[in-house]
Amino acid sequence: MKDDSTNQGKHPTPLLDELEGGKWPSFVTGLKRLRDQGTESNQAIMNDLLGQLEHSYEERLGFWKGGAISVFGYGGGIIPRFSEVADKYPASKEFHTLRVMPPAGFHYTTDLLRKMADIWEEHGSGLIAFHGQSGDIMFQGCSSESVQPAFDALNELGFDLGGAGPALRTAMSCVGHARCEQSCYDEVRAHRTMINAFLDEMHRPSLPYKFKFKFSGCANDCVNAIHRADFAVIGTWRDEIKIDQEKVKEHIATVGRKYMIDTVVSMCPTRAISLHDDDTIEIDNQSCVRCMHCINVMTKALSPGDDKGVSILIGGKRSLKVGDLMGTMIIPFMKLESDEDFEKLEEFGETVIEFFADNALEHERIGETIDRIGLPAFLEAVGVDPDPNMVNHPRTSSYVRTDDFDIEAEKWFARKARESQMSAE
Amino acid sequence: MNQQADTPRMPDEVGVPDPFPYMHPTLKANYGNWAWHDRPRPGVLHHVSKSGDEVWTVRAGTQRQMDVFTIRKLADIGDEYADGYVRFTTRSNIEYMVTDESKVAPLIEKLESEGFPVGGTGASVSMISHTQGWLHCDIPGTDASGVVKSLMDVVYEEFVQEKMPNRVRITTSCCQINCGGQGDIAVNVQYTKPPRINHDLVANVCERPAVVARCPVAAIRPAMVNGKPSLEVDEKKCVACGACYPPCPPMQINGKEETRIAIWVGGKHSNARSKPTFHKLAVANLPNNPPHWPEVAAVVRKIVKTYKKDAKHWERMGEWIERIGWNRFFEKTGLAFTKHHLDTWTGARKTMNMSAHVHF
Repeated sequence: MKDDSTNQGKHPTPLLDELEGGKWPSFVTGLKRLRDQGTESNQAIMNDLLGQLEHSYEERLGFWKGGAISVFGYGGGIIPRFSEVADKYPASKEFHTLRVMPPAGFHYTTDLLRKMADIWEEHGSGLIAFHGQSGDIMFQGCSSESVQPAFDALNELGFDLGGAGPALRTAMSCVGHARCEQSCYDEVRAHRTMINAFLDEMHRPSLPYKFKFKFSGCANDCVNAIHRADFAVIGTWRDEIKIDQEKVKEHIATVGRKYMIDTVVSMCPTRAISLHDDDTIEIDNQSCVRCMHCINVMTKALSPGDDKGVSILIGGKRSLKVGDLMGTMIIPFMKLESDEDFEKLEEFGETVIEFFADNALEHERIGETIDRIGLPAFLEAVGVDPDPNMVNHPRTSSYVRTDDFDIEAEKWFARKARESQMSAE
Repeated sequence: MNQQADTPRMPDEVGVPDPFPYMHPTLKANYGNWAWHDRPRPGVLHHVSKSGDEVWTVRAGTQRQMDVFTIRKLADIGDEYADGYVRFTTRSNIEYMVTDESKVAPLIEKLESEGFPVGGTGASVSMISHTQGWLHCDIPGTDASGVVKSLMDVVYEEFVQEKMPNRVRITTSCCQINCGGQGDIAVNVQYTKPPRINHDLVANVCERPAVVARCPVAAIRPAMVNGKPSLEVDEKKCVACGACYPPCPPMQINGKEETRIAIWVGGKHSNARSKPTFHKLAVANLPNNPPHWPEVAAVVRKIVKTYKKDAKHWERMGEWIERIGWNRFFEKTGLAFTKHHLDTWTGARKTMNMSAHVHF
């Protein structure tokens, strides 16, 4: 260590200091503010945390290990961190994180932010991340003995722990209905309905592995649900896209006809848009796949239809262990407006979680389970009929037994007849 | 133990908090009733409700890992300039909402003067979604916040303006689990060597059957080493993914030189135009070089510049590459195409060109 005496026991951080330049807000400057101006406890923790982080920058290795820490009544939600170099950096030897679920849609009053800051200044290190990739507020840097009082204070404020380990995880929902005209369902209600119905699975981890819900109001999927969620709820509509032809003309008058053709007509993935000679457009709604592109470009002229609802895709996850999987379309459309609709969503969620709990192997995500047993077996287990929207194309392999094909075909025709009768009523 | 400790406080399992008490009143009043939006300038969204109400949102970048002083400063700005309400985006940008257009300019000026760049909207490079790294993770190959700070300094100008062909979503991940997620550009740790095993610790620390089961290529088997029950790795099979390290820390996958960085391109979450895609390998084996990761930054800068110059409006990174072809991508970015770009994992056949279509 260099020059400690002139720096009042502060660990030198020459490598981290280099991250204080540049125009982007510097987390290092923030850590140093806590070290230099924080409460006595924050100062001590942050000095040693900066010391350990500098040590990581020198050695190019991490020095935290996990463990088991929980609060009364919960089996998860705390990410324990114990330093492996605590002899050198004792004040940050326990640096646990509380994962706390934010208000759905990430809305805060400044008053709430201040209260959270006050709690974390008192019980933790003074360092909070808005937000982790899980969608949690990450209250970082808490000693083992402070975890319970920190949780109690946050819980008094109306906040609850999120998920960790083999459990239902914290969900995310986009800004949606609160500030977006493209939103096709009440994301706040869906998010809170689903997670709050299954809190036991979040707080007492007992699933085979993690299970994530995410809620995006449209196919732009701003919370990355299809890639990242076991259960992705994506807003859509099934009637016609709404066109304001005068606004279409205004758009073309502004950007030019060539630009309109290049960026809208040609970019429609199903070639569903025609441009008329009078600068109005026609959309073949049966070919449209509700991808959102033309609506994104022409925000004033085009908007989703009125018969809105959601699609549900199951099984998204990253590499471990079989490789990347995106969610697969399981429910192409369901309405999500009435109390009854939300009850149906909750029931389906419960069916899928129960299937997962009963059938997944240890450390297997539901997408991997579906891969292992095949989509037909999964559909049968959760009571969903096969639908062409579930596939890019029907199977190409002939290695399948089709002796009951006629029975299955009868089911399809019976279902179609039922559906057309329902829509006639 | 004192009496208080004997009777712990019962938790109130409130679950996901109701956001309406914390939501800007104009957002609350127009919940589900918005009509359209536009972007009057980079960093500002303007939403108009069917009721005629209007709201301007000013978006600014933060360091995500925030000290309480930064949080209070952001709160002060919210009180003085923006009605006392904020929200965060999924990429850790903060948003202030105002209902009076004249409040937009002073708010922007204040945010910028306090060092919070206004931008991240539309066809910009938004904040990098990232992980915890050396600051807090128990298995990190590199840092997260530091890599992000370095890269955001490099692409700063593209955050504060909207001059890219379409939005650019960059992610970083400090191990191959890839918690940072898919991105137009993904900067991810890529291990290069099998784990180094501390055989003295395995029996006490690791649940050995679980570790054996965790390996995606079945390269781990139980073994007695120096008379102790341990695990051994078939290094010819091992793909150095690091999957054994979290359940068994004595199987150290990281090394000062062995932990490298790979850059991936063309991931896309949105369904707009093309279906969502995974990112694909652009380059591997870049050094893990704190505090500025200059080799990584140079590649990211090159890819961003090439995409900016070459892609058509509204083409995302992956869509641009699909149009121009991978040979042109590697040519224009000056990166090498190697045997390691040929996928060998399950489903690899579907990544091959099984046609006569060739880009010259």
